[in-house]
Amino acid sequence: MQLRSGVYADSVKLMQVSRRIGAREGVSAVLVAMATPLNLELAANMGLAPEEPTSPEQLLIAVRADDDEVLAEALADVDAALAERERSTGTATAVPHRTTAAGLDELSPEAPALAIVSVPGQYAAAEAADAIAAGRSVLVFSDGVPVEQEVALKRAASAAGVLVMGPDCGTAIVSGVALGFANVVRPGPVGLVAASGTGAQQVSCLLDMAGVGVSHVLGVGGRDLKEEVGGLATLDALAALDADPATERVLLVSKPPAPSVAAAVTEAAGKLSVPVRSAVLSPDSPDLTAAVEGLLADMGLDVPVWPSRPGPAEAAVPGAALKGLYSGGTLADEAMLLASPALGGIRSNIPLQPELDLGTDLSAPGHLVVDFGDDALTVGRAHPMIDPTLRLEAIEALAASDEPAVLLLDVVLGFGADPDPAGALVPALTAARARRSLPVVVALIGTEGDPQGWSRQADALAAAGCAVFSSNAAATRYALDLLGASA
Amino acid sequence: MSLQNLLSGPPAIVAAGVDVFSDALRAQGADVHDVDWRPPGFGDPADLAALALDPRRAAANRTAVERLMAAGSVLVDVRPAREVIGLTDRTLLHSGPPLEWENASGPMRGALVGACLFEGWAADVEEAEILLSTGAVTLEPCHHHRTVGPMAGVTSPSMWMWCLEDPVTGGQAFCNLNEGLGKVLRMGAFNEEVQARLRWMRDVLGPVLSTAVRGSIDAGNDPLDVKAVLAQMLQMGDEAHNRNRAGSLMALRELSPAIVASGAPSSDIAEVLRFIGGNEHFFLNLGMPTAKLALDAARGIPGSTMLTVMSRNGTEFGIQTSGTGDRWFTGPANTPVGLFLGDYGPDDANPDIGDSAIMETYGIGGFAMAAAPAIVRFVGGTVPDALATTERMYQLTLAENPAMQIPILGFRGSPTGIDVLKVARTGWLPQINTGMAGRVAGTGQVGAGLVQPPQQCFEQALAALAEEARTA
Repeated sequence: MQLRSGVYADSVKLMQVSRRIGAREGVSAVLVAMATPLNLELAANMGLAPEEPTSPEQLLIAVRADDDEVLAEALADVDAALAERERSTGTATAVPHRTTAAGLDELSPEAPALAIVSVPGQYAAAEAADAIAAGRSVLVFSDGVPVEQEVALKRAASAAGVLVMGPDCGTAIVSGVALGFANVVRPGPVGLVAASGTGAQQVSCLLDMAGVGVSHVLGVGGRDLKEEVGGLATLDALAALDADPATERVLLVSKPPAPSVAAAVTEAAGKLSVPVRSAVLSPDSPDLTAAVEGLLADMGLDVPVWPSRPGPAEAAVPGAALKGLYSGGTLADEAMLLASPALGGIRSNIPLQPELDLGTDLSAPGHLVVDFGDDALTVGRAHPMIDPTLRLEAIEALAASDEPAVLLLDVVLGFGADPDPAGALVPALTAARARRSLPVVVALIGTEGDPQGWSRQADALAAAGCAVFSSNAAATRYALDLLGASA
Repeated sequence: MSLQNLLSGPPAIVAAGVDVFSDALRAQGADVHDVDWRPPGFGDPADLAALALDPRRAAANRTAVERLMAAGSVLVDVRPAREVIGLTDRTLLHSGPPLEWENASGPMRGALVGACLFEGWAADVEEAEILLSTGAVTLEPCHHHRTVGPMAGVTSPSMWMWCLEDPVTGGQAFCNLNEGLGKVLRMGAFNEEVQARLRWMRDVLGPVLSTAVRGSIDAGNDPLDVKAVLAQMLQMGDEAHNRNRAGSLMALRELSPAIVASGAPSSDIAEVLRFIGGNEHFFLNLGMPTAKLALDAARGIPGSTMLTVMSRNGTEFGIQTSGTGDRWFTGPANTPVGLFLGDYGPDDANPDIGDSAIMETYGIGGFAMAAAPAIVRFVGGTVPDALATTERMYQLTLAENPAMQIPILGFRGSPTGIDVLKVARTGWLPQINTGMAGRVAGTGQVGAGLVQPPQQCFEQALAALAEEARTA
């Protein structure tokens, strides 16, 4: 029991000192506190009441210890604890942002900004709703978002004057910033509205190769032109590009819309001041490259010779099977649309008709086109543009098979894609071609400006014996030539 | 429509989800801000989406926040509970959600027993316990009577109450008078020392304050603007829940002239001034009904996911939301973590108790921890911890209250309007600063510290709000 005068510490500090001393071995009771009536009562309850008169300005140090040595050490520790100063500064440890709302809240309201949401689909709506509430557009990469949530998000976005790109939108370019899977394309006068990611990549890369370039690529998600969604984002994106001074022409890239939606889009497009051309992938207009060429003609520009690398003088293999192993769904679609008239039914995991469904056997005999980017094949793994494992396994299986075949591949370059896709493919293709006769045709979608570089990748693939095309339609037609089945 | 803000130049990107996109954007030199996204702490994904997409939500929450912030609070009277809320004989108010005697914790039982003794309904503890256990005394939550009470919150007919009014809506809220620290009824103590103080408060303090408050208003003075005092406290190191030093002194300063002019004997006046001046938590019982007024103003807005009540009865923690009206969502109360008086330790502490979490519901208290760095040391923390706590709470709330500014954050308004949806999405629970009552009836205060609500309350509230949103 000690009483000290002229020492003051605040009550919190003293509670901390008490706790520290109380934790010492051999100390059974401790109270370090100013000698206020309340604290004197507490000390009395502990059997440590001072006998001498006290005043509230005095510091009461009451310690009960097992022996004198423990007591002396404890008292020394009291002095040390009282003398200690907190070293911390007044700077907050950084608090991470847990929601899109919190992240957007930090940005200046005037500066252009948008949100990207790639969280699991069941949680994507809340993040996207944050962006809309903050008056920001949002790209929703997540798939598995229920369609009624998509509709609710897009209605709210329309009312707020912002755009929802997606869900399941993997490609956009906004004022030169490539979002998701997108290529380095030169700035130019053509704005794209795309319900198809790899379709937009094919089109924007060809426009770059033609020296034209794009203003923006606005993805809308694969379901936007279906009846349930009614083209909500497409209509908003068209209006936005119409108002954009950098955009002089618009190309709409999609699969065939629902008829009612097609009518609404056509009507809306007719009211815009900017001319709108459609690149709708269908049996009637199966060719994205042709759509780009049509646009160039609209602009009074010559169609360039699309870059390619001729393959080796392969002997044609008439009657062989077409084996299309794709990472891009729209490119796979285009290949099937172009090849079906010549080959008849092509089985696929994304079949043109339900009866052509491939099921789970990716190495079934006959003509087939596999989309490795389909949701069913990306569960638990990255997109095939990033993770080539499944496609390499399919190539290996084809190498081991003796079914006569022509192999048709897409290789997609750009941001988000494998940094060296040719590096991953060439060993597998070389090994396959060493085992058996297997012509390989590659649709190489990219630009010279891409991190991987179109020519570098093309040269590596050509050196491995592939015929390489910058147009998927051209690649498909070349494969059909090899099959003796030109359309 | 115009998306010029989108297409007018290279956008900054806020990215929630996989890193690969952010990496690709950084490689382009884009301005990328990553969200540290995690799966929600709780809640059915369909419920979360239903609320996120409820078209009423944004406007409903905006209305709730506007009403909360617009509410004022002035001190208009001091009167006994019997008169103010018509509290009848054999009825006691308590803190938190509804409670039965069988489930009441030690300090709640101690306070209820003490109130029966104080009212003369029982001659001794045994008699009081019989009254309480047989239902001869009715127990009702303070919150059901526009009232709040710290700790046990036990309010009996003869206790004097602060009567506060919201000049905007005309709403009223009430709270009993604070007894001070240590052995006090609200902490579960009920011995003769406690009884003597309660009698003095009934016979001297209450009448003096009543005369003073009414007299001042009758003389043409403005009523005390309690909300303005709260705002000033935050500039003076208080967070207005666990630290009320500046507020108590300001209240003393404001009330003193009228107290002196009350005409009471000078010895009584001296005792009243000494009592108020010696009680660092005197202001708490004015701050709490101020928060209650604001949150009551925000009640009953369909589609709003904002909390209007967080409250504990020593056994259960209960919350209410604006969109679900008077319905309670409860879970077992947690035990606070903090520092202890004397040689009391964690085993002596009762689970969380009191209506005082209304301060956090209002956006101060633990939410304004950055304004009161001294508080964070209750858990051995640091000043950066205090700042980080408030920063975290901004992510749980709907708005910043410009009336309640935090100097060290550049006078940013305190994080206000707790959003059940944001609590679920961040997985962070509200931070509450609190006193700790002894587990055993009669003990009194054993310490002070920090506590969080049980997640169950929020799980139930989220599900109920989602259900309501679907049927709306």
